[in-house]
Amino acid sequence: MADQNLVEKSSKASQMTLGFGGVQDVPKAGSSEFVGKKKVTAKEKSAPRTGKAPRVRATAESMAKQQREISVSEFFAKNSHLLGFDNKRKALLTTVKEAVDNSLDACEEAGILPEVEIWVKQTDTDRFSVRIRDNGPGIVKNQIPNVFGKLLYGSKFHRLKMSRGQQGIGISAAGMYGLITTGKPIRIVSRTSNRSDAHLYKLAIDTKKNRPDIIKDETIEVDFPHGTEVTIELVASYNKGRQSVEEYIELTAIANPHATLIFHPPVGSTLNLQRGTDELPEETKEIKPHPYGIELGTMIKMAKDTEAQKLGAFLTSEFSRVSPAVAKSVCAKAGVTTATWVSGMESPVVEKLYRALQDTKLKAPSTNCLAPIGVEAILTGLLKGIKAEFYTASTRPPSVYRGNPFQIEVGLAYGGDLGRDKHDDDAEERNGKREPAQARVIRFANRVPLLYQQSSCCTFKSVLETRWNNYTIPQSSGAMPRGPLVILVHMASVWVPFISEGKEAIADYDEIRKEIKLGISECARRLGTLLKRKKKKSDFSKRRDVFTRYIDEVVEATRSITAFNKEDFRKSLIALSQNYTAAADMEFDDHGKVVRKAKPGNDLGLENTVVVSRDEEWQGPEALFEDDTPKKVAKAGAKNTKKKKKRKK
Amino acid sequence: MAKKTTKTPSGAKRVVKRNSEQTKKQLENLALSIVKMAEQAQDPAIAIPTRSLSNVSYNEKTRHVEMGGNKQSRNFFNYGQAKRFMQTMLVGSKCKDLIDIGKTASIRQIYYMSKHTIKGTKEKTFDDQSESDPIIEDLEVAIDTLREELHVFASNRGNLAGPITLVDDGNTLDCSAMGSAGYAVPSICEPDMIQFKKCKAKFILHVEKDTIWRRFHEDRFWQTHDCILSHGGGQPARGMRRLLRRMHEELKLPVYVLLDNDPWGYYIYSVIKHGSINLAYESRRMAIPDAKYIGVSSFDYDRCGMSDDVKIELDANDVKRAKQIANYTWFASKRPWQKEIKKMLSNGFKMEVEAMISKNLSYLTEEYVPMKMKDKKQWLD
Repeated sequence: MADQNLVEKSSKASQMTLGFGGVQDVPKAGSSEFVGKKKVTAKEKSAPRTGKAPRVRATAESMAKQQREISVSEFFAKNSHLLGFDNKRKALLTTVKEAVDNSLDACEEAGILPEVEIWVKQTDTDRFSVRIRDNGPGIVKNQIPNVFGKLLYGSKFHRLKMSRGQQGIGISAAGMYGLITTGKPIRIVSRTSNRSDAHLYKLAIDTKKNRPDIIKDETIEVDFPHGTEVTIELVASYNKGRQSVEEYIELTAIANPHATLIFHPPVGSTLNLQRGTDELPEETKEIKPHPYGIELGTMIKMAKDTEAQKLGAFLTSEFSRVSPAVAKSVCAKAGVTTATWVSGMESPVVEKLYRALQDTKLKAPSTNCLAPIGVEAILTGLLKGIKAEFYTASTRPPSVYRGNPFQIEVGLAYGGDLGRDKHDDDAEERNGKREPAQARVIRFANRVPLLYQQSSCCTFKSVLETRWNNYTIPQSSGAMPRGPLVILVHMASVWVPFISEGKEAIADYDEIRKEIKLGISECARRLGTLLKRKKKKSDFSKRRDVFTRYIDEVVEATRSITAFNKEDFRKSLIALSQNYTAAADMEFDDHGKVVRKAKPGNDLGLENTVVVSRDEEWQGPEALFEDDTPKKVAKAGAKNTKKKKKRKK
Repeated sequence: MAKKTTKTPSGAKRVVKRNSEQTKKQLENLALSIVKMAEQAQDPAIAIPTRSLSNVSYNEKTRHVEMGGNKQSRNFFNYGQAKRFMQTMLVGSKCKDLIDIGKTASIRQIYYMSKHTIKGTKEKTFDDQSESDPIIEDLEVAIDTLREELHVFASNRGNLAGPITLVDDGNTLDCSAMGSAGYAVPSICEPDMIQFKKCKAKFILHVEKDTIWRRFHEDRFWQTHDCILSHGGGQPARGMRRLLRRMHEELKLPVYVLLDNDPWGYYIYSVIKHGSINLAYESRRMAIPDAKYIGVSSFDYDRCGMSDDVKIELDANDVKRAKQIANYTWFASKRPWQKEIKKMLSNGFKMEVEAMISKNLSYLTEEYVPMKMKDKKQWLD
């Protein structure tokens, strides 16, 4: 079994390399050539069944006739599953996702608070028209065909900067998928400002040549000042629930509380998610690659492309964290000097340099290239999107994997209506037939929700590896924790290591997993503290109940034995009871901090935490974050304390 | 110690006043100490001497099992003890009432007197008599008094027959003429209740339970052997033990015990002889260190040529219990007992006294016991 897998894998891998290399007829020629030794006989045996006459062996010349270039678009047209178009349902989601990602990226880069509107209309039994309009900066007229009609064309691949899109495949792949499945071209309307005209393009993609095929190009009147509208018609299916367009949009709103998202589904009412904050994420800086994160090939290519003439300049200008002093010592190690001409360097020299760089202790890349969502924004997003009682979030300090800076953020929502949305489950749970539902993990990479391949994602593994029982959340070994719990994990990085082009799961790097686990633990600890506090409180109220119940009995019985002042005795017993069960009087403020202390020293405020009593009328997150200044927050807190305090009793 | 105060002519229930004045005082002190603790903002607590193996010791000189000095604190503001604290005070107050009006109540009556629904709840102060019985014992040790001084008695348990005439509550009874059931031994057998008038018996044969006692009684064993025949219905209650002790002490009658050959029987013997672990504080009034165990011994199976049918296999519990008993200090130093217990364990079975009847109905009374009585070597001390 394992053997076969290996063989399959290797043959797949070789197919791919072959594909890029230029052999067209991959399935026929490839299969027998690339299977392992053992398999050859089996294949030969079965060959006569399919083939009619014994085949004439190919010669180098005859094979040469078939060898030609494959365009990227052609390759992806054949392998659309690599881009997230494996099935109809996913195709719809991927299309919306790629368009929305692009819109949000564009808006943020232009410093515009994003407002994205999405329409999904059914045009036939399995056909849908997807229209996405943003209020972004628009696209310059002559770039439109390239951006939408050419695969691997974009602004984001050649730089190291935190953004949603990375490769420049997404939206054009969606357009291509639409074109392949329905024959309808992709329709783009874009306007860069209200002083200029809006342009309408209808584009097809010439897959052989990987270039846009302009079908229509005209100027039209539109009712928006600037922005881009993309319409793609594709074969798809529309569903609700998990892994749906709706879930994607809801999750996007959580990770992007500065964005307004409006979704018009084919059936049902419009989902209108207004922004929760007017603050745009901080603008991120583009950085040069860190020597630890590049491969030798990349470095050779960089040496070829650089404008620097001398080696020292090349090292210091093309890489981050390489100072002139470091460059000098690296060169010395490689047996060259900083004054060496870059253009004259042979590959072996570059390799030596590469090794010298890897051996040198370098500072971690600067992290100002990262814009985490931020604790407050995560809390705002969670408060807006998830009805729970307890919210907490944490932003880890930036870290580095393979020379790429990244930053992990974790949020937790617990209790309240969570896990209670399905009434049939609820009934079963009441009857004690079922354990509480498993916790839900919501994953984000550069603010983009990841909906597929959860179990192969690094975040998921980190959740499993966390010892939830330590935080009073039940978890059987190797399983998800159980309870009304949502775990949000966000990875921000200049280069998120996805396990596939479909951008569905984060690869499992030790550094990344470690950070995620630390973030989760930090949040879970706060949750555990609060849960323990609440349990203590309820335990002590139970105790007080018991004491109070018996006080009268004890007073009466004692009084019937001998004479004394009954009222005094009762009073002192009640006072003692209050004293011994003081923890029952604990009250928590909006941030889970104990307002009335049981005993001195018990006052551990839970930072970055919001506790909401869902019993009370919910006023929305605005009330909690009215202003940034501590004074006003305190004031807002005071105003709302009464309403949101945990209910006594 | 005891004095009868009033004596109504018609034999109507007399008001008995024993050492109750002191007991009343002790109850009041307990109540006052609790009030004082509360006043001083302390957790009200009752110190109760521990009634378990860990807190008893064997006094070589008196040959009594005696209670040690370990005490447990029963606190009101302790989640696990609050209810029992309340119950202790409740029982205390009921005993005080009994002392005040000069009446006695059974432990079951105490249970009913103390049981009520707590105001404003559905909870009852007591759910079962098994809760109130140990509370009474706790109270006894806590204020160092005795059950009867708290005016509490247990139900009659145990019977006796034989050539003895005694006065019970003013009535003269000839125990050789008490019919088939014999004299029912009351819970309180203090001298103020029972006085011995005349006794022709030479010894006392105490058997384990009613059924065997009936066998002996029916065969008129006490008549042929001039003895007092008694049983305690399993582990003898305090009344029976007290009466045995008084007959032993005041009438100089040796006590022989015939019990089942199982760990339970061994322990009953231990209770009669040295006192019980649970009521170790009563040993000084109840233990009969000279009592002898005449049977049934593990060696009797071979000695008497019993059939396989009488064997009852030892279960894990029996084995465990037997080993425990063998380890009690007052057994540990006795070779014959160690041999006896070892033999039972190696036999792997136990036998009831009834086993002897399997031979024939009168084997037990006409052959087995007389044989045992004659051969002192077979006794276990």
